[in-house]
Amino acid sequence: MSKMDSPRKSRRSFLAAGAGVAASVLAKPALAGAGNPANQPPNVPEWSKSLGEGVAVRPYGKPSKFEKEVIRRDVEWLTASRESSVSFTPLHELEGIITPNGLCFERHHGGIAEIDPADHRLMIHGLVERPLILTLDELKRYPRVNRIHFMECAANSGMEWRGAQLNGCQFTHGMIHCVQYTGVSLRTLLEEAGVKTNGKWLLVEGADAAAMDRSLPIEKALDDCIIAYKMNGEALYPEQGYPMRLVVPGWQGNLWVKWLRRIKVGDQPWHTREETSKYTDLLPNGKARRFTWSMDAKSVITSPSPQAPIKHGKGFTIVSGLAWSGNGKVKRVDVSLDGGRNWWPARLDGPVLDKALTRFYYEFDWNGEPLLLQSRVQDETGYVQPSKAELRKIRGVNSIYHNNGIQTWHVQANGEVENVEVA
Amino acid sequence: MSKSPNFIAAALLACALVAPALAQQKADARGGPRYHIGRAPTADEIRGWDIDVRPDGQGLPEGKGTVAQGEKLFMDNCSTCHGEFGEGNGRWPVLAGGKGSLTSDNPVKTVGSYWPYASTVFDYVRHAMPYGNAESFSVDEYYALVAYVLYLNDVVTDQNFELTNKNLATLKMPNEQGFVMDDRATSERSFWQKDPCMKDCIAPVKITGRAAVIDVTPEDGKDGKPRGVE
Repeated sequence: MSKMDSPRKSRRSFLAAGAGVAASVLAKPALAGAGNPANQPPNVPEWSKSLGEGVAVRPYGKPSKFEKEVIRRDVEWLTASRESSVSFTPLHELEGIITPNGLCFERHHGGIAEIDPADHRLMIHGLVERPLILTLDELKRYPRVNRIHFMECAANSGMEWRGAQLNGCQFTHGMIHCVQYTGVSLRTLLEEAGVKTNGKWLLVEGADAAAMDRSLPIEKALDDCIIAYKMNGEALYPEQGYPMRLVVPGWQGNLWVKWLRRIKVGDQPWHTREETSKYTDLLPNGKARRFTWSMDAKSVITSPSPQAPIKHGKGFTIVSGLAWSGNGKVKRVDVSLDGGRNWWPARLDGPVLDKALTRFYYEFDWNGEPLLLQSRVQDETGYVQPSKAELRKIRGVNSIYHNNGIQTWHVQANGEVENVEVA
Repeated sequence: MSKSPNFIAAALLACALVAPALAQQKADARGGPRYHIGRAPTADEIRGWDIDVRPDGQGLPEGKGTVAQGEKLFMDNCSTCHGEFGEGNGRWPVLAGGKGSLTSDNPVKTVGSYWPYASTVFDYVRHAMPYGNAESFSVDEYYALVAYVLYLNDVVTDQNFELTNKNLATLKMPNEQGFVMDDRATSERSFWQKDPCMKDCIAPVKITGRAAVIDVTPEDGKDGKPRGVE
């Protein structure tokens, strides 16, 4: 995710040249989405007159075929291959705080490992009194915990450091998801193995073709980490680490090792490739921050946004968005309609959980004038989401990771929305 | 502000150096209830998977390989993606070069310009390379490959140099001193505020950049229309 310099592909016409076209489409809202009058009042629609499919015809349910656009998407130019790439969660199509399992963004370094759980083993060794090897069935015999947490790639919004680049919060902010994990507290397993007094760090390693390894300080491991085997009630999806993954609440996604096969206890960090060549934040003076684990407070308006324009014209309008903090709970969210000059409190709705996504709304009567929409979160530690300018003043533009600056969406009079920068 | 986990993370690291706090924490990790589920791995089982390597050399397997041996392996197995001199093909990673670029507009992060430890090269290459056929080389071949990558980066300069489990950890990488611990808690103090501004916070703003100008957003289908404007 270090490809900051994108090719200057200028092929898209929607916003650059198509304002007039789009406006003419939007001027006829009755036609857009008009559908088939034969199925509308006063007529009785076809689905009301004939039998549909019976139970178990769809033994594992799928979304309506009319929702086929609601999918993960990738950005082809970003990486050399799909096996080491990322797909993005369509945040603009979702509500509430839970991400459906099939839409959780993917990040692989060696493709999706398809693992037979009968053959999978988790090994715990190193500076422990009792090294352990566990099957999935054995892991499931340990006491369980259920927790809802967001998982964000440290490079989420990383393509935007130098300026607005991608039109859609799916692409600017979609490297995040939030699910309920079920699994075993990592602490439970470390207690079972008995960490020796000089055990200060864990090496956590995956079983895929990248066999990614990361160093995790023992304090975090004993605090709130989970070895999860269920997400949103069902088994982990293969692309999310089936049969088991590490959950490191509030910390960058790269630490949440998927297809977890090995935990080694040591007395020093390993300085693996992921925590040296990647996931270190290069500053303007040429020095780089290392071990930048926690994800700072951040928010984004998911609708309206470039992929979710306002189609109804002026009138009552719902601004919907997500806020989160790796440092704890969301305390408040404010929304600006004028690019950060004035702010209005948003309404938090649904659960406000520790290190989880929080849904916010700002409802207002849109007079049809252009807007510069922004959201700004403050978490329970008092941290306030900075503007992009404030962030760049300290970090420069080469850090790739941890871009939690305030996002601006330009809502045009015709309802189209564009990703912009303001000053 | 004091509750920020940034501070906590920093404090925890500091704690790791403080014996009493650490002892307490470790006692907790040893003293919990036991369930007697699972078994002990055999020495053989651990040996098969225990492949990690640290900067101090811990974990390096016995073995050796020369730059020249590595060059041949690299040409046959790695150069398609990484280029014959580590210059990278397409979007595949650049392995060499980039010296002096870290403060520039276009930092090139390579083994030589950025990676702080030689151990990381061995750890990563043995874990994940060759791409698509991971862990398929012998230990000696991995030493040879790493020797060649270090040679490409001028960390070693003799074609006959032989990299071994004895000398790998003694090699100094150019950017070893280029890293600092996460200091967001202090360097970004201004982001912690009691009462965020609500009214007339800044002068009226103007649009200074537009994604539509760069225009690299993926499109749907052939006509390129995003959903919602059909």
